[in-house]
Amino acid sequence: MSQWSEATQERAREIIARYPQKRSAVMPLLYLAMAEEGYLTDEGMEEVARWVGITPAQVQAVATFYTMYKRRPTGKYLISCCTSISCMLLGGDDVLHAVEDESGVPHGETGADGLLSVEHVECIGACGGAPAVQVNYELIEGVTAEKARDLVRWLETALPDVVNTDEMQELFGGVRSFDWAVREGDGARGPYPAFQALGTVGRQGET
Amino acid sequence: MTYPLVVTKRMTDHPADSHTLERYEATSGYEQAKRVLGMSRDELVEEIKTSGLLGRGGAAFSAGLKWSFLAPARPSYLVINGDESEPGTFKDRQLLERDPHQMLEGVIITAIANEVHHAFVYIRGEYPKPARRVQTAVDEAYARGYLGKGIFGSDYDLEVTVHLGAGAYICGEETALINSLEGLRGEPRLKPPYFPAAKGLYMQPTIVNNVETVSNLPHILAMGAEEFIELGHPLDTGTFMISVSGHVKKPGNYELPHGITWRHLIYDIAGGVPGDKQVKAIVPGGASAPWFIPEIHLEDQITKDVCAEAGSMLGSGAVIVMDETTCMVRAAERIVRFFAHESCGQCTPCREGTTWMEMILRRIEEGQGRPVDLDLLLDVSDGISVGLAWPPKMTTICPLGPSAVSPVLALRDYFRDEVNEHVERGGCWFPGARVKPHDTVEGDRRQLVEIGARGELGSGGRPPEVMGNRE
Repeated sequence: MSQWSEATQERAREIIARYPQKRSAVMPLLYLAMAEEGYLTDEGMEEVARWVGITPAQVQAVATFYTMYKRRPTGKYLISCCTSISCMLLGGDDVLHAVEDESGVPHGETGADGLLSVEHVECIGACGGAPAVQVNYELIEGVTAEKARDLVRWLETALPDVVNTDEMQELFGGVRSFDWAVREGDGARGPYPAFQALGTVGRQGET
Repeated sequence: MTYPLVVTKRMTDHPADSHTLERYEATSGYEQAKRVLGMSRDELVEEIKTSGLLGRGGAAFSAGLKWSFLAPARPSYLVINGDESEPGTFKDRQLLERDPHQMLEGVIITAIANEVHHAFVYIRGEYPKPARRVQTAVDEAYARGYLGKGIFGSDYDLEVTVHLGAGAYICGEETALINSLEGLRGEPRLKPPYFPAAKGLYMQPTIVNNVETVSNLPHILAMGAEEFIELGHPLDTGTFMISVSGHVKKPGNYELPHGITWRHLIYDIAGGVPGDKQVKAIVPGGASAPWFIPEIHLEDQITKDVCAEAGSMLGSGAVIVMDETTCMVRAAERIVRFFAHESCGQCTPCREGTTWMEMILRRIEEGQGRPVDLDLLLDVSDGISVGLAWPPKMTTICPLGPSAVSPVLALRDYFRDEVNEHVERGGCWFPGARVKPHDTVEGDRRQLVEIGARGELGSGGRPPEVMGNRE
């Protein structure tokens, strides 16, 4: 029997139907499992295995290969600081240190209250707006060490339910890789990417 | 100086709504997709071959030729590679986010040319906003009957599935991408026999094309191959997107014709270096490419062939500019660290070698280097990329490991003295260094012991005194 809600099961069926072979749905279903529980549990991986008809070990082999499937409890907000070459050249290391210092959470860890996780990541494709930071994979470009501290304080006090790239860019960002032109309402509701349109996260109003 | 725009024209002319179906259709959108339904496969492949369009994902292989190699077995599949992750590259992100229908029309054209009825768009997981835009565009196209059963009222069926990555650079390699799409670990497959055109997705013939490559197709068909050729350089036709980052006044994506010089790109188009400092090194084609230095390469033309002759590549068109205040050891360490992190782990030379290289570079940067370290670094590099040639000789299934050697080639050829000075002075004198040289006030031995005791050094926290004989 599935532990997932009926709405989630319906999304799982929709996702599997997009592929010629069920196994191809492993990756989107892993996102779905993360959105269900906040991170990827053993039970979540077993559930995915049942849906696509492979063993839990085979699912785990996939899940451990990719950095975005978090297999440990992750904070409400996951702050990812890019320290690859272009961001490093323009102060990405300082931004990471500012985030660590302001939040008291060293990279690779989650704060005791479960609010913030901090990590340093390799290139996130925002080199023209270096240094770049993501909160729950929502991007902010042109961040300074000072703005990074503001960002941490804002997350700790405003506690937004949805984090949105355009809003954070206006508050804490600077130089962008290109003109973003239009604002969007959608955003992330947990430490997993906001793929509502693709059904790996609940849509607005769904439980 | 302005250049004609092709793939970025719509988003430049209509910034507010270039991503919408309404704007796309108001600017000749989907006209070519409708037209090619009446063309034969041979006709279409020939037109794209004639245009000279090269793949824009990094390998710069003729798109038309690639199509012509497709094996006859059916079903065939199309996979669009939007797993852009090469450090320095952010062009596909802009194309996906700002003009998703343009890419989709390219998908339809490519599908028809290759008798494909199910196409996949693989977008990296760190790009939620571009993915949302693309899925919205796909939904709109389905609603209008441009995708699905009987597209544009014809008897041609085409399904498009958007698939998301989850944080693995290696999935940008076409066979790793196919494995990832099949629900396996994103490990590259051995070629031969697993050339996608013969044994690709689900072991069927598969075309893998980059986002920018297919975004060009509607324009080539609209303007004709001849006009597209004239836009660029005879050997490297059309325009291409260059992502410029690092120490320039105006970083960003620029759509340019092939054949301009590095000087023109850096000083005129990207505005020069902030503070008017000197350029020290240029990464010409993403983190995988061997570096250029201004003394030798600044007047070179930016084309695939000139770059290859100079011992590097244009790759994905990512240019990273480093000014005179940049430590070359630290920059090399950062690029090698990327490859060490992203190695899939299948091949020993890459898995072990990249990590070893990272450790050597880090200890040189942090004042723990030994006089033999540069030779050791070159020796380990040689173990991954035999003879340290470019293009590299392969000891591995895919080019990731050999790519990690590129910054080391720059250290060997242009910055040997700088590396040795790090070793001799026991630290780094560039801004932001964690360990300053012995001969400076900040870098005296007591500071080192203190940092070592706090466990901040790459030595695992042991102070340098107990690391053994430094001479």
